[in-house]
Amino acid sequence: MAIDSLFNIASSALNAQLTRMNTTASNLANASTTASSEATAYKAKRVNFESIVQEAQLDGQDFKGGVKIGEIVTDRTPVPSMFDPGHPNADANGYVYGTNVNEVAEMVDMMAAARSYQNNVEVVNTAKQLMLRTLEITKA
Amino acid sequence: MSIHFADKALGGFQRSLELRAKRVELLSQNIANADTPNFKARDLDFKAAMASAQTQFVKTTHTGHIASAPAGAGDAVIFTTPLNPSADGNTVEIGVEQAKFGQAAADYQATLRFLESRVSGIRKALKGE
Repeated sequence: MAIDSLFNIASSALNAQLTRMNTTASNLANASTTASSEATAYKAKRVNFESIVQEAQLDGQDFKGGVKIGEIVTDRTPVPSMFDPGHPNADANGYVYGTNVNEVAEMVDMMAAARSYQNNVEVVNTAKQLMLRTLEITKA
Repeated sequence: MSIHFADKALGGFQRSLELRAKRVELLSQNIANADTPNFKARDLDFKAAMASAQTQFVKTTHTGHIASAPAGAGDAVIFTTPLNPSADGNTVEIGVEQAKFGQAAADYQATLRFLESRVSGIRKALKGE
């Protein structure tokens, strides 16, 4: 039945966009953390979307054609280092490592995710309307 | 018998409604995948789908005949050509898809309206009013 698969497709997208927003929030929250080595410094996370091509199971329901999070990858942009020997996180050479989070890019990404989320909410609303209208056929 | 009755009484609107629903589904998939790299937007060629649904429906007049199932929308699914190509290989243009989605939802409701009038006609005939 085509109309009720709309709910599954749109909810998979809502899920994916929410994960993206969560990732962005995490990046923004950690934007000014510091670390004493490049390896332990916080690196921005990115989500990779993948479309669901095959019939898949999500929460026990079959659906096809939605979207899922492929993987969460870390940004490979180099982590900036600052010379600040007085800093509590300074290493032996007096360097402190920041994060590679680009706050402006994160804000833009969050807005884009919110817009996509709204689009899919609209799809759910339309699907609901169509379904209710279809039910009314018995009253005709 | 039942399928022929439904076909005559409902004037093929039930199959049209199925295809309208299929189109809404395809477009919602495009909207869901608006940010997926390399996703190719799809659409339903309604005219072709309806034509194949009508031609492939053949009556079985002999026991040896194989009943042809009402055609699915499989062949009529087409890839959309984007107005502006994007760098990540995604061909969904969200504005265009939203417009199409609105249109498809309206088409669905229109077909539903026709179907409703058919149903109320049958009901009137049964009551003998």
